[in-house]
Amino acid sequence: MANKVLMKGNEAIAEAAIIAGCRHYFGYPITPQTEIAAYMSKKMPKIGGTFLQAESEVAAINMVYGVASTGLRVMTSSSSPGISLKGEGLSYLAGADLPALVVNVQRGGPGLGGIQPSQSDYFQATKGGAHGDFHMLVIAPASVQEMAELTVKGFELADKYRMTTMILADGTLGQMMEPVSLDFDVKPMPEKPWAATGTKMQRKHNIINSLYLKPEELERTNFERFERYKTIEENEVMYEEYLMEDAEVCVTAFGIASRVAKNAIDEARKQGVKVGLIRPITLWPFPTKVFEKYADKVKGFISVELSMGQMIEDVRLAVNGKAPVTLCNRSGGMIPSPEQVLESILKVNNGGNK
Amino acid sequence: MVVFDKPNSLCDVPMHYCPGCTHGIVHRLVAEVIDELQIEGKTIGIAPVGCSVMAYDYFNCDMIEAAHGRAPAVATGVKRANPDNIVFTYQGDGDLASIGMAETVHSAARNENITIIFINNAIYGMTGGQMAPTSLPGQVTQTSPYGRDVNACGYPIKVCEMLSQLDGPEYLERVAVNNVKNVKNAKKAIKKAFENQVNKKGFSLVEVISSCPTNWGLTPSDALKWIDEKMIPYYPLGVYKDRSAK
Amino acid sequence: MSTTNYLFAGFGGQGILFSGKVLAYKGLMDGKNVSWLPSYGPEMRGGTANCSVIISDNPVGSPIVSKPDVLIAMNLPSLDLFENSVAPGGMIFVDSSLIERKVNRTDVKVFYIPATKLASDNKIAKLANMIIIGKVLKETNGFENEESVNNALKQVISAKHADMLEVNLNAMRLGRDY
Repeated sequence: MANKVLMKGNEAIAEAAIIAGCRHYFGYPITPQTEIAAYMSKKMPKIGGTFLQAESEVAAINMVYGVASTGLRVMTSSSSPGISLKGEGLSYLAGADLPALVVNVQRGGPGLGGIQPSQSDYFQATKGGAHGDFHMLVIAPASVQEMAELTVKGFELADKYRMTTMILADGTLGQMMEPVSLDFDVKPMPEKPWAATGTKMQRKHNIINSLYLKPEELERTNFERFERYKTIEENEVMYEEYLMEDAEVCVTAFGIASRVAKNAIDEARKQGVKVGLIRPITLWPFPTKVFEKYADKVKGFISVELSMGQMIEDVRLAVNGKAPVTLCNRSGGMIPSPEQVLESILKVNNGGNK
Repeated sequence: MVVFDKPNSLCDVPMHYCPGCTHGIVHRLVAEVIDELQIEGKTIGIAPVGCSVMAYDYFNCDMIEAAHGRAPAVATGVKRANPDNIVFTYQGDGDLASIGMAETVHSAARNENITIIFINNAIYGMTGGQMAPTSLPGQVTQTSPYGRDVNACGYPIKVCEMLSQLDGPEYLERVAVNNVKNVKNAKKAIKKAFENQVNKKGFSLVEVISSCPTNWGLTPSDALKWIDEKMIPYYPLGVYKDRSAK
Repeated sequence: MSTTNYLFAGFGGQGILFSGKVLAYKGLMDGKNVSWLPSYGPEMRGGTANCSVIISDNPVGSPIVSKPDVLIAMNLPSLDLFENSVAPGGMIFVDSSLIERKVNRTDVKVFYIPATKLASDNKIAKLANMIIIGKVLKETNGFENEESVNNALKQVISAKHADMLEVNLNAMRLGRDY
């Protein structure tokens, strides 16, 4: 425990990014992610990095695009309404195959919504988030330790596949403190011969671009990109199984919802109910196969979400009609209580979800 | 004896610009300056959205295509990442003075050490001749078919005058490329804007009054005359800010 | 194997979040799993503030404390709001210099500490929170080892303000001995 410190989730993300070699941060103030910017504004000047408070979310993501074009590790962070503004840049980053890390510490919506925790940007994050055919790697931490670890991993994956990694957190994970260990092995950054760093008169000019006026060319880049996505779907899926070996009821939840779910599962187990949890850690790629594995074995699935039910659509696709899938949710900044989840578990266990 | 040659910083490809368009002239001036300052190997250009969107195919240096209006933000990222690179944006009036106004003003306010070449031809060219933030009062365009009504659409934005009110920028000059004398001055201004960056002086913007015969509905030579008769009286040429001159 | 859920509640500016942090660090120093979750938002600027702390032998599930084993109420609205949520058999610590009424519950242990008055009497006006924490630690068997309390304080008070260590520790002792 000696090497552990108490940190807020937001601060853990910031420190982990620095450990991962990120020296450029651009952002715009918004609750509940402000600690990331505050941390960066303190640290970056001391380590020769850039902290810049941009004039807008739109400018911030385009500054990220600029640094990413040079091949260096770069990030921005925001909260739900700000991520909507960054949508333009997310699409351009995808179109130009640039690696970047974007953090969304979600709050309730739509519109200005609220500032309390939410998971209602699941669709936005996993289905692209802006115009055009593309995906981001979407990673959902569930503890402060994971906020740090998955940030480092997020940078590595972004570089490996030349795409944006989104850390999809929420206000609770951003604001809470837990012990965290920051001893990471960071893999060396891959070579980036495509980067715009100046030709030094030694090579043909590099062009960072997402414009293809000939449809057959644009189609080719999209096909190629989706081939890469296939590799990611095969190799990079992450999830946690909790007490699933003998489970007759399967709860599924990510991020903060999974922690509430664990409390409920522990209580249900005490009451003799065989219930377990599948916690997707990558939301894209979604851990479809593990759901297929249990689809024939359980009485039903319960998707616990801080939204009106978004991940549940991916769960239903994965389960493919083999078992009922029900929703246990709160919205608008509210968090389901363990009692609410327990009630859903007991109901499904009793076959009462028809 | 070679009397005319292509600057090394320009790619040997045909450009897509309309006959009589002055983009070609300004591209050449930028490329000549890059050659003369021997900075091609460390220069990174940012192309906008608009007619010059494909500038990335025309300049020999590394190029980045930015989202509409965001070139100064992208340039900020590039310059902060590698301060030793020379970073320029090449933007039209819709890109710089309409959708990208925030990025323009704030990069100027921050005195980002970048160079901006701003093409003001008072119209959206790429999309087929719509009203620009710099379209003149009464100017007929596709989206101001009865002439720009300042009561409904407001007045044109004078970018150099506006930015000159900021403490941030190092150098702001408006030039034109409608005759030999003006072209020569334009080159001097563009060179200074790049030299300022090399000398780490900060934000330099050159507004180039340019022609768009296609969308103005004029012949190339009448378009050049229209610059003298209509554009320059509204947008006077000259230096609007030069901190090092004081 | 045990888990204790703490809820600290009071006005913004009473050091609610800070004292929660001291407790969380104490747990960490003792080798426990801990979590600390503040309420956040406009409350930060003078409204009610509260924070959930969980100290457990097991990994912490939800960091949200809705049924506290220990409630620390530093003002009346907090007692009104949270009194009924305390788990039966739990504890309520009341700053009795700011809260005039008594706790209604009969199935919990209640401690009345005039922390704000003690603080001003001892010329440590801002440390009512630490006085209460001293009492909380004593009643939850956390003050047996003063060394670990001191170590926790060191984690929370930056080196720049090292002179505040002893002052805070003294405030905690005041609460312990009350």
